[in-house]
Amino acid sequence: MFDQLIVSVTDGMLIGVVYGLAAMGLTLIFGVMNVINLAHGPIMALGMFGVYLCYTVLGLNPFVGLIIVAVLGMLLGMIIYAGAVHRVIDAPHLSSLLSTFSVNMMIIGIGTAVFSTSFRNVNYSLGTVVIGPITVPGTRLSSAILALMVTGLLYLFLYRTRPGKYIRAVANNRTSAGLVGIPSTRVLAMSFGIGTALAAVAGGLIAMALPFTILSGGAFELKSFVIVVLGGLGNPIGALLGGIILGLIEGLVPVFTKVTWVPFIEFVLFILILLVRPQGLFGAKQ
Amino acid sequence: MKRLALLASALLIMAMLAACAGGPASPASSGGDTTTQTDSGGSEQAASAREVLIGYTASQTGKYNVESTRQVNGLNQWMKEVNDAGGIKLADGTVVTFASKSYDDESNGDRVQELYTKLATTDGADFLISPYSSGLTSTASPIAEQYEKVMITTGAADDANYTQGYTGIYQVYTPASKYLTGAVDMLKAKAPDVKKLAVVHENDKFSTGVADAVKAYAESLGYEIVLFEGYDSATTDFAPFINKIEQSAPDAILGGGHFQDGSTFARQLAEKGVDVPYMALLVAPPEPTFADLGDAAVGVVGPSQWEPLAKFTEAAASSAGLTWVGPTGDTFVSDYQAAYNDEPSYHAAGGYVAGMMLGEAIKQAGSLDSAAVKAALDSMDLLTFYGHLKFDTSAEAHGLQVGHDMVFVQWQKDGDGNLVKQVVWPAEGATADLITR
Amino acid sequence: MSAQNNSGLQPPNTSAAPAPSRFRSGMMGRLLTPGLVVILVAIIAAMIYGATGGAARREAWYTVLLFVGLASSLNILLGYTGYVSFGHIVFFGFGGYIGFFAIYQLGWNLLPASLLGGAAAALLALGLGLAILRLRGAYFALATIGINEAMKALVINIPALGGPNGMVLNFGIYASYGGAAQAQWTVYWATAVLTLMVVLTSYIVKKSKFGLGLMAIREDEDAAEVMGVVAPRAKTWAYVISALFPGILGVLFFFKASNIEPAAAFNLNRSIELLVMVMLGGQGTVLGPILGAGGYQLLRTTLLTSDLALFGLKIKDIQLAVAGLLLLIIVLFIPVGFIGWLRSRSTRLRRWLE
Repeated sequence: MFDQLIVSVTDGMLIGVVYGLAAMGLTLIFGVMNVINLAHGPIMALGMFGVYLCYTVLGLNPFVGLIIVAVLGMLLGMIIYAGAVHRVIDAPHLSSLLSTFSVNMMIIGIGTAVFSTSFRNVNYSLGTVVIGPITVPGTRLSSAILALMVTGLLYLFLYRTRPGKYIRAVANNRTSAGLVGIPSTRVLAMSFGIGTALAAVAGGLIAMALPFTILSGGAFELKSFVIVVLGGLGNPIGALLGGIILGLIEGLVPVFTKVTWVPFIEFVLFILILLVRPQGLFGAKQ
Repeated sequence: MKRLALLASALLIMAMLAACAGGPASPASSGGDTTTQTDSGGSEQAASAREVLIGYTASQTGKYNVESTRQVNGLNQWMKEVNDAGGIKLADGTVVTFASKSYDDESNGDRVQELYTKLATTDGADFLISPYSSGLTSTASPIAEQYEKVMITTGAADDANYTQGYTGIYQVYTPASKYLTGAVDMLKAKAPDVKKLAVVHENDKFSTGVADAVKAYAESLGYEIVLFEGYDSATTDFAPFINKIEQSAPDAILGGGHFQDGSTFARQLAEKGVDVPYMALLVAPPEPTFADLGDAAVGVVGPSQWEPLAKFTEAAASSAGLTWVGPTGDTFVSDYQAAYNDEPSYHAAGGYVAGMMLGEAIKQAGSLDSAAVKAALDSMDLLTFYGHLKFDTSAEAHGLQVGHDMVFVQWQKDGDGNLVKQVVWPAEGATADLITR
Repeated sequence: MSAQNNSGLQPPNTSAAPAPSRFRSGMMGRLLTPGLVVILVAIIAAMIYGATGGAARREAWYTVLLFVGLASSLNILLGYTGYVSFGHIVFFGFGGYIGFFAIYQLGWNLLPASLLGGAAAALLALGLGLAILRLRGAYFALATIGINEAMKALVINIPALGGPNGMVLNFGIYASYGGAAQAQWTVYWATAVLTLMVVLTSYIVKKSKFGLGLMAIREDEDAAEVMGVVAPRAKTWAYVISALFPGILGVLFFFKASNIEPAAAFNLNRSIELLVMVMLGGQGTVLGPILGAGGYQLLRTTLLTSDLALFGLKIKDIQLAVAGLLLLIIVLFIPVGFIGWLRSRSTRLRRWLE
């Protein structure tokens, strides 16, 4: 029993970090411009295909592929911002929800035509690491470490660099940020780009561990919603902790009951947090 | 003047409504996919000829698109062959050829009844083929029955649909309740030291049905079920589940669900180095792309409706006293590959056989009359490249497939270290011995 | 924007409650407008047209009417109070499940089972509404997604509801409704009448003082409360009304389909499509969701079966992407929807387009 708990906690934390990274993009975009990006899942799927194509077609190491995916993700995000989000940024929620959902439809529609819905697999292994009762695949471990590194970089970017501070300023108050001369449109486009790149990279990391299709982003999008709420909407660092909590729930609940109760528990917790602590578990009272 | 403007705007609205009204009905009627395979077989049917229309919905988009497309390819292959051979001659001398009409069901049931009604009525389909998946087939069945159209189902294994009092629905696939029981027989015969089984399954209609049946069967043979549990269809990470399996220490794992979860599960099980000697999973292992898993695929067993390796022959048919119908497996495989540049999976074989059974029943009945074709299907007892086919004719489970058995494949390494699929069960069709993982 | 400047709010002086003695005639006067005629004509024409072209046309129009009903019921919450629900389909699925259970396990007739399904959905909305309607904006939208997913996960774990297998009706059951063909006609007419009722309810709510309160909440909830609208109660009732009809429609739908499964009942994608329909036609208008649902179905059917090609790609292979592009264009450039746009073009048309 004890061994099983240790193993479950380790597994939960490792996958949780990657979930957290996936949710970070969603929450960053929400924090900055109050937009829930419903194209989040398909963008993750594009990240998966990006790494897959780099690996199978270009023969690149998946970790090198991730860099390409990040750059392309950033560009894609800025394009989506310019094409679908900028015009409705001050409109009521429904408009931005529907405009990002229409992007979702376009990605899925073209993706299905190009890739079909058959499964892809990045068959890349880094061996396994065994510590006592714990057996961890190398790709999992490196994915988790990479996710932590990206989180660290994001933190440094947001708190230590000028563009990062611009982003936080715009998130805080767009009007006043504009008044003090911060180019808010550019900052918004950049934030959307970074959020998209994070989602794509998370997708790429997931592609190394799991088979996927163009539709696979959907499940992670739902998970990301839960994580974002656990960590506080608009709080990227909270998302990492939210991801770990979700990973732990997924790891530990099956020890005590049927696995099929996991989604129920997740979503009930999600609703309860929304009701009781809408600022998230780690957010300060707004 | 003002009145006039109001009147004009009211008329405008009415016109718009009328435009909408014409809409949903008319474009669809002109837009379905009609495939007519031209008769190039130089037949002299001067007397009378008739084109039979087969109607179905296919999942051109959505999650079933791969399986459904293969099914449709198989059916089209059969239609082309039968038309090229000059069609089928009825008792009254009429020669019939086949054409099909299909719509996209988008892998969801919302419009399945609408489309099947359209096929059965305005499109004038003579016979129907089911959509892919048990759920969509359940939705289509009342329509087929209501219009007294024979519907051959393929890709719809769940038993429940055949116990609902339908009289014209016939199943090509081995039903879910018998999908994996062969694996238990195989273990009994080939691995007598196995005592403890873990039955794990995706929590959907088909996989749950399979798992329930395999559990009952294994228990009746004296196996101990140490774990019986489902996982959510959207499960992406099996680590917690695998930890649970390790705790229960089974000798064999049976179950699974569809491709994604099955291959993820197999891969993570191998990555975690879980030591369970035998594992049989649904759906995923027979797929050629399962080999992408590399070493994780070695030793994984999967039930398949049909395999290119399986050798059912005319000689076997005559020794068993069955009628042989259709091409040999090799011919089917090479023709299919020539036409679609793709190795046929059992979905493709299922589509082909659905058409072939229909054709055979029409030939036996000598007529296109639904009742006569039903009678022919009821008495059908055939061997084909796909295996034995026979239907339950009792009132409780009419149309349920009772003749066909699954074959079990296992991924093994050949002498050069390449992954190959071998048939390991039933013993008479085996191409290799069962190995441990 | 959009919703605010075209909302069709009556001038404030007429919206204030008239003196009690004149209330009745005032109410009737407000209800009987040319707009009502247009709405009734639209629905009844669709109903009759659908019923007079054989089974295939009936089936096509069943789908249209069903979505008109669902979209209009969503509009009662979304259009009037401005609360964006992504999980509206939970009421369709939950009501459908309860009613199906009554038919399948308890042997109930379709009529009481449908009413039970509606009541169950309304009760669920009452309970939920008291809790989650406190949330605003994106928080509410997210919570509704969570509720739909939690409900799906719950149903999967309840063996009495068939768990992951769902339930399948025996074909013989249609015999007691005069055979399968007759049962389908029954479902068609029941759905058509219900859709008419949803639309009428939507109209009455819009014209009532209650509806004005809802729209005040949409414009500025805090200000509305200051002005005397009891927002929590009003919102909850709007939620309950919007949930009642999908519950009944769900029972009819799954009875007709002869089977119910968790994934088909709580299909989040269908829920989002409803939002798209309301948006296309014009949220907050009565006619909008009707035309939006009809137009959306028309668009999808046309694209799905189109033989046109675009840059060498067949449109039907990328129909989802084309639909997405059209939606984006509408959201960006005509955010008030078709009816909203017509209304903003001409004050005369406003009387006709409610």
